[in-house]
Amino acid sequence: MYGLEMAKGLLVTLTNLAKKPFTTSYPEQRVRQHPRFRGEEFTWYEERCTGCASCAKYCPLGIIKIVTSPSETAPLQGDKYLLETFDIELQRCMFCGLCVEACPYDALFMGSGFEEGQYKRTDLVISIDRLRHAEKHPSTWFRPQLEGMEYRPGASRPLGWREVGRENWQWHQHEKAGMRLGDRNGNRQHTEGEA
Amino acid sequence: MRPCNLTDGMISPDGVLGGNPLFYWIYGLAANVVPCWLAYVIAGGVIMLILINAVLLGAAIVSWGERRLLGRFQNRVGPNRWGPFGALQPIADLAKLITKEDIIPYGADRLAFTAVPVIMVSSLLLATAVIPFAKDVALVDLNVGVLFVLAVSSLTSIAIFTAGWASNNRYALFGAGRAVAVLISYEVPVVLSLLGVVIVAGSMSLGDIVVAQAVPFFLVQPLAFFVFLAGMSAELNRTPFDVAEAESEIIAGYHTEYSGIKFALIQAAEFGGALFVSGLIATLFLAGWAGPVADWLGWLWFLIKTFIGIFLFVWIRSTFPRLRLDQIMAVCWKFLMPLSFINLAAVVLEVYFLRDANGVLTTADLWIMAAINLVLAVVSITFFGNLIKEKVRSGSGGARSANPVTSGLPTTGTM
Amino acid sequence: MTIRTEPMTVNVGPQHPSTHGVFRVRITFDGEDIVEVEPVLGYLHRGTEKLAEERNYVQVVTLTDRLDYTSSMINNQAYCLAVEQLLGIEAPPRGKYLRTLTAELQRIASHLIAVGFFVQELGAFGTPLMYTFRSRERILDLFEMLCGARITVSYMRPGGVFSDTPPDFWPALDQFLADFEGELEEIENLLLSNEILMVRTRGVSPLPRDVAINCSVSGPVLRASGVNWDWRKIAPYDAYDQVDFDVPLGSNGDNYDRFWVRMQEVRQSLRIVRQCIAQIEPGPVRLELPMVLRAEPGAEAYGRVEASKGELGFYLVSDGGVSPYRCKIRSPSLINLTITEHLLLGWKLADMIVSLGSVDINMGEVDR
Repeated sequence: MYGLEMAKGLLVTLTNLAKKPFTTSYPEQRVRQHPRFRGEEFTWYEERCTGCASCAKYCPLGIIKIVTSPSETAPLQGDKYLLETFDIELQRCMFCGLCVEACPYDALFMGSGFEEGQYKRTDLVISIDRLRHAEKHPSTWFRPQLEGMEYRPGASRPLGWREVGRENWQWHQHEKAGMRLGDRNGNRQHTEGEA
Repeated sequence: MRPCNLTDGMISPDGVLGGNPLFYWIYGLAANVVPCWLAYVIAGGVIMLILINAVLLGAAIVSWGERRLLGRFQNRVGPNRWGPFGALQPIADLAKLITKEDIIPYGADRLAFTAVPVIMVSSLLLATAVIPFAKDVALVDLNVGVLFVLAVSSLTSIAIFTAGWASNNRYALFGAGRAVAVLISYEVPVVLSLLGVVIVAGSMSLGDIVVAQAVPFFLVQPLAFFVFLAGMSAELNRTPFDVAEAESEIIAGYHTEYSGIKFALIQAAEFGGALFVSGLIATLFLAGWAGPVADWLGWLWFLIKTFIGIFLFVWIRSTFPRLRLDQIMAVCWKFLMPLSFINLAAVVLEVYFLRDANGVLTTADLWIMAAINLVLAVVSITFFGNLIKEKVRSGSGGARSANPVTSGLPTTGTM
Repeated sequence: MTIRTEPMTVNVGPQHPSTHGVFRVRITFDGEDIVEVEPVLGYLHRGTEKLAEERNYVQVVTLTDRLDYTSSMINNQAYCLAVEQLLGIEAPPRGKYLRTLTAELQRIASHLIAVGFFVQELGAFGTPLMYTFRSRERILDLFEMLCGARITVSYMRPGGVFSDTPPDFWPALDQFLADFEGELEEIENLLLSNEILMVRTRGVSPLPRDVAINCSVSGPVLRASGVNWDWRKIAPYDAYDQVDFDVPLGSNGDNYDRFWVRMQEVRQSLRIVRQCIAQIEPGPVRLELPMVLRAEPGAEAYGRVEASKGELGFYLVSDGGVSPYRCKIRSPSLINLTITEHLLLGWKLADMIVSLGSVDINMGEVDR
C-alpha cells in the first residue's frame, strides 16, 4: 500500500523517542578523551630538551620560535643549549603533531586539553614560562612508551621528565652543559653558538 | 446609580459576550462601583488580558515543548539549560530577541513590514477566543464559531503575503508566493471537511459541536479528520507542507528579514498557531473538554487532547521530508479535495437516512456512521493514494521510472 | 489582459543554509523555474597547491586533511600514494591494510554526511541528519583513538601510517560494526524507500551516461548514471586487490540514484572493513624513512584514489629538493561541479538545492 514506508519512518522516529539521547551535555558530561588526543597546551620537559629546534624546523606553519645560547650554568643538566625563548603560537597551530614526531629526545608532547579559549590572540601564545610551569599531562600521540604504560592524560597523574622517555635519561651525564664533541678526558671544546 | 441591565442586548448572559460566565461575573462586580459602560470596558479588558497572556504563554510552552520533543525524536536532548528541563528557554529567547536590533531592511515598505507581526498575532488571538476549553467556558461562545475561526485564521495568508512583499527580499517573495498558493488552496478541503462536522453536530457553535460528540468525530468522520489534519499542517506551514518557510531552500521564507521583537511575534504566532490548531482538532474531532470522571475536569481532558495534536504535528515534522510546491498543489486538488467531497457526500446521505423525525442523531446512529465511514476512509484513501502516486510524479516533470533498486543491480566491476 | 512577468535573479550563496559551505550560484528564475545558472567559485581558496610547494613531503600531509574535510583519511591516502610513487617505495602490508581500513571508515562517514544533508535539504527537519551523525560520531571517535584527531587526522605518512593502532582500537571497532548494523538499518528504514523522498527525487535532474562521461565526473555521481568506474577495482591500490566488494550502479543518474548509490556503498565499505579486520596481520606499519624526504630530480608521479566524492589525484613533480616542485590536485568535487548547469536548468528552486546536495560537493576541495 502506498504510504506504508512513511508509516515505517514514523515508527523509526517513535522508537528513537524512547531511546537515550546520544549527545552529551558538554560542561557537565564529557566524552571519553582518547590518550592519543592531540590537544592544546603542549607538554614540554625542559630537562629533556636540548634546544635542537627540530620541532621548530619541522612545524609546517613555523609557529615555534626557539632562541638558545650555549649554557655554562647548568652542569647537571648535561649537554644542551640554554633555552631563552620557546614560544608556540597556539592561535595558528593546527595540532598536526609533527613537532612531536620530530623531537628526537622525547621532550615535547602534545597536551591533553582543549579549552584554551582566550579573548586576545596574543594570550594564546604559549611562552617558555607557561611551558615550564604547566602541569604535565602528555598525550600518548607518537609516544609508544606512554601507551605501553597505559597512561591516560585526562585521568592519570602528571608525569615527571624521568618517566616519559623512551629510555632513561642518561646521556651526557658527566658533561658540562654547552660542551660537546670533545673527548671525555678533558680536552673539551666549546661549540660556538649554533641554534 | 442606575443598576445596569444585564439581561438585554450584547451583554446579556445569552448574548455574544455574555456567553462567557467569567465576563458576566466581572461585569456584574465592576458595575457595582463604576458606570455601566466602564464596567463593560473593564470586563472586556480583563478578558482580553487573559486571552493574550494565555495564548502567548501557551505559544511559549509549545515552542519549548516542540523543541524538547523534537530533540528526543532526533535522539538528542533539546534545550535544557534554563530552568528545570529548560522550561525557561522561551523566556531566554524572548529576552534575547527583544534586546536585539530591530532591523527594517533598505527599500522595505515600513508600514506594511511592521504591521505583519501584529496582524499575525491578533488573528491568532481572535481565533483562539472561541475555543471552549471546559464545559461552558469559552472566552466568547459564538454561535457561528466555526465560520469565525475560518474567517479569522485566513487573515494569516494576507499577513504572510504582505510580509513577503514588504521585505524587499527575493527569498521572502518566494516564500510569500508559495504561502499564498498553499494557504488559499488548502482552505477549500479544510472547509469542506468541516462542513461534514457541522452537519453532524447540527451547529456551528464550537461548544455545541463538543456536546454533539457522543462519539468523537475522528471516529465518526475519519476522512474529515485526515483532511483537516493535512490541511491544517499546510496552513500552519508545517512539514511536509512547509514550503513557505523551507529553511533549506529559501532561508526562512517570508520572515527572512524579520529580526528582534518582530521575529519573536511571528514565532509566537506560529507556535500559538500550532497550539490553536491542536485545540481546534481537539474540539472538533476529539470531543474537546468532554471526558470521563467529572465535568469540572474538562480543562484537563482538553489539555491532554491538545497535547495529542501537538505531538502529532511534532512527530510528523520530525519524520518527513518536504514536498515540492507543485506536489503540494497536486496533493490538495487531486487527493484531499476528492476525499473531502466523498466525506461530505457520505455524511449528508447518512444523516439524511439515519436521523429521526426531529432531525436528531442518537449515539447508535453515530456508531453506525463511524463503521461506514471507516470502511469508506480506508477504501478511498487507498484508491486516491495510489492515484496520486502517479499524479504527483507526473507533476514532477515527467515520470522517468525504472526502479534503480532493481535495475541497478550491484555488479562486480571488472575491467 | 496579459500579465507581464519578468525573470528574477537570485544569488544563492555564498551565505545560504544549503550550499555546502561557501558555494555561490547566480540563478535566474522564471517563477520557480530555473532558466539560467552561473556557479561562482573561489570563496574558500587557500592556495593549497602553492602551500604544498613550500613544505616538505611529510608536512604536506597536514594540508591534505583540509581539502575535503569530510574525508581526510582518503586525502591522506591519495597524497601518500603519490609520494610513494615518486620515491619508488611501498608501504608494508599492515600499513596498507590500515590505510584501506581507515579510508573505508572515512568513506562511510563521508557518505553518511552526504546522505544526511541530502535529506536535510529535502526538508526533513534534522532527524536523518542526527541519525547519520550519530553513527559518524562513532567513526570519528575511532579516528581519535587512532591518531588523536577527529577531522584533521594526518594519520598517514609516505611509507605507511604514522603509528600502529592502540590496543583498545580493535574491540572498539568491532563494537562499532556491531552497533552500526542496527543504526544503518534504521536510516534505511527511514529513508531508502520513503514515498515523499521518492516523489521528490526520482526522475529529478537526471544525468545521462554520455553527459556524465563527457563532463569527466567521477565517484558516486558517475556510478549513479550507470557507468562502472571505480579506481578501487580498475587500478587497485593499497590492499584493495586483497578484498572483495561490489560496485553499486544506478540506472538513471537522477537524484534518487545518487542517494541510493551512496547508501549501497556504505554497505560495501562495511564489507571491506570486515575483510580488512580478518586479513590484517601484525607487522611494521611504516617504512624506515628519513624525516625529510627527497625524490630524484625530474621525477613525476600521479597518485589517485577513489575518494568518497570521486577520483582524487595528486600530481607531484620533484626537482630534487625537499618539497614538491609542483603539486596539482585533481579534486573530484570541482570536476563534479561542471555538471551544475546540466542538473539545474529547467528544474525548480526546490530541486536545485536537492540536486546540488546529491552531487555532494565539498568547498574545501572545490576551491582548494
